Amino acid sequence: MRELSYMEALREAMRQAMQKDDRVFLIGEDVGVYGGAFGVSAGLLDEFGPKRIIDTPISEAGIAGACIGAAVTGMRPIGEMQFSDFVVIAMEQLVMQGAKMRFMFGGKAEVPFVMRLAGGSGTGAAAQHSESLENWFVHVPGLKVVMPSSPYDAKGLLLAAIEDNNPIMFFENKVLYKTKGPVPEEMYTIPIGQSHVVREGKDLTVVATSVMVSRAQEAAEQLSQEGIELEIIDPRTLKPLDEKPIVESVIKTGKALIVHEAVKTGGFGGELAAVIMESEAFGYLDAPVKRLAGLDMPIPYNRNLEYHAVPQVENIVEETRKLVKGQY
Amino acid sequence: MPTSSKKEKMIEGVIPESKAHELLYKMVLTRAFEENAEEMYGLGKVHGTMHLSIGEEGVAAGAGPALRKSDYLLNTHRGHGHFLMWGGDLNRMMAEFMGKEAGYCRGRGGSMHIADVESNNLGAQGIVAGNLPISVGVGLSIQMRKTDQVVLTLFGDGAANEGAFHESLNMASIWNLPVIYLCENNQYAMSMAFERAFRVEQISERASAYGIKGLTVDGNDVVAVYKAVSEAAEQARKGAGPTLIEAITYRWKGHSKSDRQLYRTREEVKKWMEKDPIKRFAAKLDVDEAGLKEIEKKAKEEIRKAVEFAESSPEPDVNTILEGIYA
Ligand SMILES: Cc1ncc(C[n+]2csc(CCOP(=O)(O)OP(=O)(O)O)c2C)c(N)n1
Ligand SMILES: [Mg+2]
Repeated sequence: MRELSYMEALREAMRQAMQKDDRVFLIGEDVGVYGGAFGVSAGLLDEFGPKRIIDTPISEAGIAGACIGAAVTGMRPIGEMQFSDFVVIAMEQLVMQGAKMRFMFGGKAEVPFVMRLAGGSGTGAAAQHSESLENWFVHVPGLKVVMPSSPYDAKGLLLAAIEDNNPIMFFENKVLYKTKGPVPEEMYTIPIGQSHVVREGKDLTVVATSVMVSRAQEAAEQLSQEGIELEIIDPRTLKPLDEKPIVESVIKTGKALIVHEAVKTGGFGGELAAVIMESEAFGYLDAPVKRLAGLDMPIPYNRNLEYHAVPQVENIVEETRKLVKGQY
Repeated sequence: MPTSSKKEKMIEGVIPESKAHELLYKMVLTRAFEENAEEMYGLGKVHGTMHLSIGEEGVAAGAGPALRKSDYLLNTHRGHGHFLMWGGDLNRMMAEFMGKEAGYCRGRGGSMHIADVESNNLGAQGIVAGNLPISVGVGLSIQMRKTDQVVLTLFGDGAANEGAFHESLNMASIWNLPVIYLCENNQYAMSMAFERAFRVEQISERASAYGIKGLTVDGNDVVAVYKAVSEAAEQARKGAGPTLIEAITYRWKGHSKSDRQLYRTREEVKKWMEKDPIKRFAAKLDVDEAGLKEIEKKAKEEIRKAVEFAESSPEPDVNTILEGIYA
């Protein structure tokens, strides 16, 4: 199959959605002639013009509000937060308005928009441009939270998100933008709320999100040579969460390691651990459920410190070894 | 305004001559710092991104130096010049830029967050307009502590379109806070041209919405900026409240390292390069081309030494990664 980068896959999804449906448009800072800070929307302005590829002033609350208002009146906006960090400025609109409108209005309104956000560390962008804030939104009823980990998922999930009738927070990852993988040319969707068993294995279940999926895969290759077989599950959508494959996997392996980039305290890992412990998998556990996550700190500028602030392949390898050996 | 001996010649009646020469040197130093920064980035010696103020040095030279050491600075992401003009030490600045322990923020902040709390420099800013509301608090604290300090708050044209701009200017104006809002209008917020993002012709027009004084000055003219900031400071110290100053300038380089600059023409950039603030200020000081070359040589040498200092200073120890984390 043809290979595309994660970024190209996202762009293709937007292009195909816009070709198919006149109601779809893109709005955000520098999404036009600049092509987005990371180049995701490069070329779309030429194809669709400034009425559908809309550059905004630096006004994140305005971008979110524009999406909500347009969505509730029949359009299908895709908003962009240039760095996911800047969503803090749009929080009121997203959390108090977009998320709650459908319920508050007795189910009579639909708010179908996708907010794309570029998250994560690893680019030397320091504390205010490197956060992983997805779990904030998991905590808000009324928002779906999607986090693709590969080019294939990026396209299929974005197309599904655009078709969805409810607000979706779509967390992309900056260091994944240039990674490549097979992506079909035709339009396809990956259902929102479907976990993906990325790798099968019998010894330990790793539940990983976003960039941590490929790190877990790399760790799995190394561990396989030691005779340890990881099963890797990517939830893909944090909310709604497809629990079944996770629970079934833990029943099989008896051990679970949760890996995400966001800081540990209050992160999605706690939720996943609780899901496992509240399920029938509890009786099958032969080790505590462990979380490997970002250190509870802002992302430092220094390259080496930045590297150590979030889980890396070697940390996954080490944690797995410990768990398998019963050292916890 | 700092006092000077009565006999000293004043440049256009405003800046003492010896101080003006110092400012010219620091403008050249700023440019040398940024040219070197770009080069180091190209060589992979620094990572992340950086925002160069080349072409905009006139604003920095006229702003901080018009104030007192006891005043406060809230800087932007494009703030290398302001940092140096506020009295920043080049070695420690370079070390921060290279992520070293000897840097101002021990390598944790980098170019976008460089601060020197000791000199009331409350930091550069990664969030556009993030410093504007904070300046209200600093102003309020000055008022409560009954000192005659002022706050210099810097921001770009793009920042004036964040909601925070409105909240900040309104609060500062209703409480007569000693805040100098200095907007560096360099014609673009990343790829967003000023004309596309505003219906007003001048950002300073917005001052009227808050009932405060607003003015637009030539940001490539050090003296004009110096004068405007001095007057705003005088007002603020008297309790007459904030001023909104818009300094018109232009960024010669891309927004950051990833900018292909498809939103403007080479001709436009060239046209602005003819209004080089360094050359213009040098002319006012009767420094000729040869004199400027000498100054550049000296600045480059200082940069070379700073790089040497930074390169030879230690990386932060990974074992200290959680130091200072309290919650
Ligand atoms: C809240 C927020 N939104 C967006 C950005 C990304 N960003 C950084 S600088 C910048 C442009 C700022 O333009 P302006 O205020 O005019 O300052 P300039 O860069 O021109 O000096 C943008 C969009 C950011 N850092 N923070
Ligand atoms: Mg600007």
